[in-house]
Amino acid sequence: MQWETVIGLEVHVQLATKSKIFSGASTAFGAEPNSQACAVDLGLPGVLPVLNEQAVAMAVQFGLAVHAEIPDVSVFDRKNYFYPDLPKGYQTSQMYHPIVGPGEVEITLDDDTIQRVRIHHAHLEEDAGKSLHEDFHGMTGIDLNRAGTPLLEIVSEPDMRSAKEAAAYLKAIHSIVTYLGISDGNMAEGSMRCDVNVSVRPVGQEAFGTRAEIKNVNSFRFVERAIAFEVDRQIELIEDGGKVVQETRLFDPERDETRSMRTKEEANDYRYFPCPDLLPVVLDQAYVDHLREALPELPADKRERFQTELGLSAYDANVLSASRSMAEFFEEVKGVCGDAKQAANWVQGEFSGALNRENLSIEQSPINARQLGELISRVIDDTINGKAAKEVFQALWNHQGKNADEVIEAKGLKQVTDTGAIEAMINEVIADSPAQVAQYCDAEPEKRGKMIGYFVGQVMKASRGTANPQQVNKLLKEKLDAKL
Amino acid sequence: MVLEQTHVRRAAHLARLAISDDQASRFVDDLSQILDMVDQLQRVDTDGVAPLAHPLDATQRLRADEVTETNQRDAFQRCAPAVEDGLYLVPRVVE
Repeated sequence: MQWETVIGLEVHVQLATKSKIFSGASTAFGAEPNSQACAVDLGLPGVLPVLNEQAVAMAVQFGLAVHAEIPDVSVFDRKNYFYPDLPKGYQTSQMYHPIVGPGEVEITLDDDTIQRVRIHHAHLEEDAGKSLHEDFHGMTGIDLNRAGTPLLEIVSEPDMRSAKEAAAYLKAIHSIVTYLGISDGNMAEGSMRCDVNVSVRPVGQEAFGTRAEIKNVNSFRFVERAIAFEVDRQIELIEDGGKVVQETRLFDPERDETRSMRTKEEANDYRYFPCPDLLPVVLDQAYVDHLREALPELPADKRERFQTELGLSAYDANVLSASRSMAEFFEEVKGVCGDAKQAANWVQGEFSGALNRENLSIEQSPINARQLGELISRVIDDTINGKAAKEVFQALWNHQGKNADEVIEAKGLKQVTDTGAIEAMINEVIADSPAQVAQYCDAEPEKRGKMIGYFVGQVMKASRGTANPQQVNKLLKEKLDAKL
Repeated sequence: MVLEQTHVRRAAHLARLAISDDQASRFVDDLSQILDMVDQLQRVDTDGVAPLAHPLDATQRLRADEVTETNQRDAFQRCAPAVEDGLYLVPRVVE
């Protein structure tokens, strides 16, 4: 039987506010345990939460970025359950009237086609603390620094049909929240966490199959692997006559499998009710409009503009718009050298390659956009050839010189375009290679094109890479063909 | 709805309240009366009435995103039964 996979994602994004959603405690990562957990975060008696304006603004910005409805009124509810890292005994969340209504995200697949995934809603809530299960004399340690950190939970419709689509969706969300600057998007530090709902159904069937929820899938790669495993498991189960049960499963990246979490007896009885400590949040149109006007250019718009205005390919446009830092770097390089295609090639090629090799982010790059743009300008105006350009790049990367011109000067890499000088080198190479010249003359005409490579190599070597390769090629061919 | 002891026990468990058999049967009576009142409320025609999220006719005030709290861990941890390395210790939680 042919099966179809149905996937929906719940993405929790930690909002990059300075203070918590309902208190003035700091949200900075990595502080001493419990040094950033105040009376409100601890749920001590007599405290009252007060909502952080910035968290509201960030949630609305996200909503606007995914073309969502922003309701006038949203309401906080209490989600009740007992767990030691939730000291109040409930999580303040939004069940019935979320701050962001239905919207839509564009995702880009491997073949550069674009697809739409609907957003069901996004709501504000508070994060819980952390439980440390290492041995504290048989006890569990609780750090409540994270308790009360604002989260935006983004719930998709079950619109994805493969692990690849799910990963593309997660990347699109990551890209939007980092463009907006509402989250650092750091998955390793838990700033973005993902629960995946997966089910399978026979192709052609309309009704959804029973779904399993996979918790805490915390990297783009794990999303694909967790789904791949879960889909195989469900299909095998059904084909063997079994039934998928609705349950929560945990992905184990070490074993590459999902495992059933021990189902709590009273699971899913959260007894939501409106939080009496918080009043309804009312957003007036002027406030929303003001946030809309302040939105930066978003990845989908940038991708579009890179293609239509700059004439880049879908692939280039997609890679260069994927992160805000990448897009800004590229645009600055392009601004300096004035050639979008060359800028795109250099940023994706030499530059990204060097970053990857040394495992650096764009912010950590030893070479800045101005330096790279100036270097490309020197290729465009024929001051240096491509080979020398790579040498200059390497030198700038290693801080051997302030800018391209300085390196070109110091290393004597200025391209030789003087025909007389190139001719002199060619004559020398031809005189030194009688055997190769004879072979060239005896060869079939269609093979000569390839054989000329040897002579080009020798001339380039003689010029220490500074001769203009197009000129060398042209002159060599003329001189060798004259010997036929 | 007819309330039974099992309902009361379940609600007590969800709220982590220990109740005796005696209390359980008393709560069946008390809570049944509350539910009767709810039934009465439910008979009111509320078509066209927006649900009330809060009894106060006011909207949420927002605070500026500023860190205003200082570290008072030592004071807070004085009333915790067990702490170590800055952590609150609780009976082991196994996932």
